[in-house]
Amino acid sequence: MLPLKTVKSVIKVKKLAKYYDKNVAVDQVSFEVGDGEIFGLLGPNGAGKTTIISILATLLRPTSGYAEVAGISVGGNRDALRRQIGIVFQEPALDTKLTGRENLQFHAMMYGLAKHERRERIERMLELVDLQDKADLLVEKYSGGMKRRLEIARGLVQHPRVLFLDEPTLGLDAQTRRHIWDYIRRLNREERVTVMLTTHYMEEADFLCDRVVIIDKGRIAAMDTPARLKDILGGDIVNLAVPEGGEPLMNVLKDRPWIKASRLHDGQLSLTMVQGDKRIPELMQTAVQTGTRVTAVNLHKPSLEDVFLHFAGRSISEEETGHDAQFRFVRHGGRR
Amino acid sequence: MKAIQGIAIYVLWLRELKRLLRARSRLIGTLLMPLFFLAFMGLGFQRMRFPGMPGTEYSDFLLPGILGMSILFSSAFTGLSVLWDREFGFLKEIMVAPVSRVSIVLGRIAGGITTSLFQALAILAVSLAFGFRPRQWVMMFPALLLMVLISITFIGLGLSFASNMRDMQGFNLVMNFVIFPLFFLSGALFPLDDFPSWVRAVARLDPLAYGVDGLRAALLGSSDMSLAFNLIALAIFSLLAVALGVWFFEKSDSL
Ligand SMILES: Nc1ncnc2c1ncn2[C@@H]1O[C@H](COP(=O)(O)OP(=O)(O)O)[C@@H](O)[C@H]1O
Ligand SMILES: [Mg+2]
Repeated sequence: MLPLKTVKSVIKVKKLAKYYDKNVAVDQVSFEVGDGEIFGLLGPNGAGKTTIISILATLLRPTSGYAEVAGISVGGNRDALRRQIGIVFQEPALDTKLTGRENLQFHAMMYGLAKHERRERIERMLELVDLQDKADLLVEKYSGGMKRRLEIARGLVQHPRVLFLDEPTLGLDAQTRRHIWDYIRRLNREERVTVMLTTHYMEEADFLCDRVVIIDKGRIAAMDTPARLKDILGGDIVNLAVPEGGEPLMNVLKDRPWIKASRLHDGQLSLTMVQGDKRIPELMQTAVQTGTRVTAVNLHKPSLEDVFLHFAGRSISEEETGHDAQFRFVRHGGRR
Repeated sequence: MKAIQGIAIYVLWLRELKRLLRARSRLIGTLLMPLFFLAFMGLGFQRMRFPGMPGTEYSDFLLPGILGMSILFSSAFTGLSVLWDREFGFLKEIMVAPVSRVSIVLGRIAGGITTSLFQALAILAVSLAFGFRPRQWVMMFPALLLMVLISITFIGLGLSFASNMRDMQGFNLVMNFVIFPLFFLSGALFPLDDFPSWVRAVARLDPLAYGVDGLRAALLGSSDMSLAFNLIALAIFSLLAVALGVWFFEKSDSL
């Protein structure tokens, strides 16, 4: 499948697999990401998202298969590949005993930026994520959202071709999450950087991504634009309130080729169709022609949640609750 | 790529320095322990004479040992800082940078040397304030060189262990079963003359023994082996330890 915005791919993954003993983390995954895209890996915890990102960022060697970023194979010149990418890890990776600016300076020097370029890029990135005022505060004084923004800024300092964001809004409140989304959109546009992000939040994938891969148990279940993924379910559901009966209207509509399904129940006429919003005027016209009184209209757009349910046979959020509890337990056990 | 990137080494060193200067309690704590050792053992064993002990005060005999001890512990703890970085996620930030693994190890070593020499020099300064005098002031230079070499050796060793470990528990085990034996076998607190010959044979493999004996040669002017011999032995140990550290670190590249 070709990427959206352009035909040129910056990430190519072919039959990638990663096994831990007998445990399969990633299983024969193939996809391509186009230059400038915001590309999402959507799946529940344990689906293999972090594993894929770690392989692409040269932090983990695949068991088999091929992967390249910016034309460089992950098994090839790793330092050359590392220069092309920025990454924000799932878990925070900041030195909390340094200030925000010092974290960025450390990063810029590790990436070999010259002094004047360093200063300019750091200021620009701080501005991009609105952290200029807090730049000289120790990171241990930062809130969760500020840390995330700082990490995003850091990932961009070296002017990468691709920015990897592993669960960029995990554990943030709804308002902060919204802000992070805005930053991600802005940097994709202003820095002209390809973004590959992972998430298990449906709305996030839906709102941000040009294309989404739905991944479950290490395998790709579906891949397309969020809109087309939702179309797979047959489209939107338009509900017409018809208190005085809707038989004649339904009989006329049933023969239209774009109506996928229709059902009359409790004074409601439910119709399934692609792009329901564009069909509403025609529906109303037909209602008038058949003399049907319609008192209310509502349109239910299927969510990616419905799509995941369709492909995986269970909902992401179900999975989520159990796993979160387990995660918390591990954290408590692991940290003193 | 095997290149050595100076700027990366510099910034890794700078980070360590900033962390050291900001961690006041750690700074004071690491200084107090060796000073207590020096004060209590020096006073407590004031009248002690060991067979084969240089004809000086016990406190003078003890000073090179305590310097060696403080460098041994603080250098080995550089390995612990790798484990801290792993725990707090920062290690990933370092590992994903386009920097050769050799440079990363060298940066860590530079940071570790700074920390442990800072400590050792503070102890030396306190001793000087309390009346200790080296035999010749010019011998401070080989003493300094010895301290750097001791530091490099045990940082290399600490990094080797840390690269093979996932958590801190393991490191405590290493502390108890490697670092403490190295310390006691080194002759830092007492000469090993009265020990069975096999113990002394094992002690020959202890890099710290050469460090402490070398420091005695430099500062007190009396030692088992010559200053030059100790320097050469320690230089070889430190090269081996760095090579080992780099090798294990590169091997553990994938996180
Ligand atoms: N180091 C490891 N050893 C064994 N299994 C692992 C390891 N890392 C990840 N896994 C397993 O691989 C699977 C995918 O993990 P991950 O990529 O972290 O998922 P996600 O990021 O989608 O939540 C999980 O089942 C996880 O338990
Ligand atoms: Mg993950």
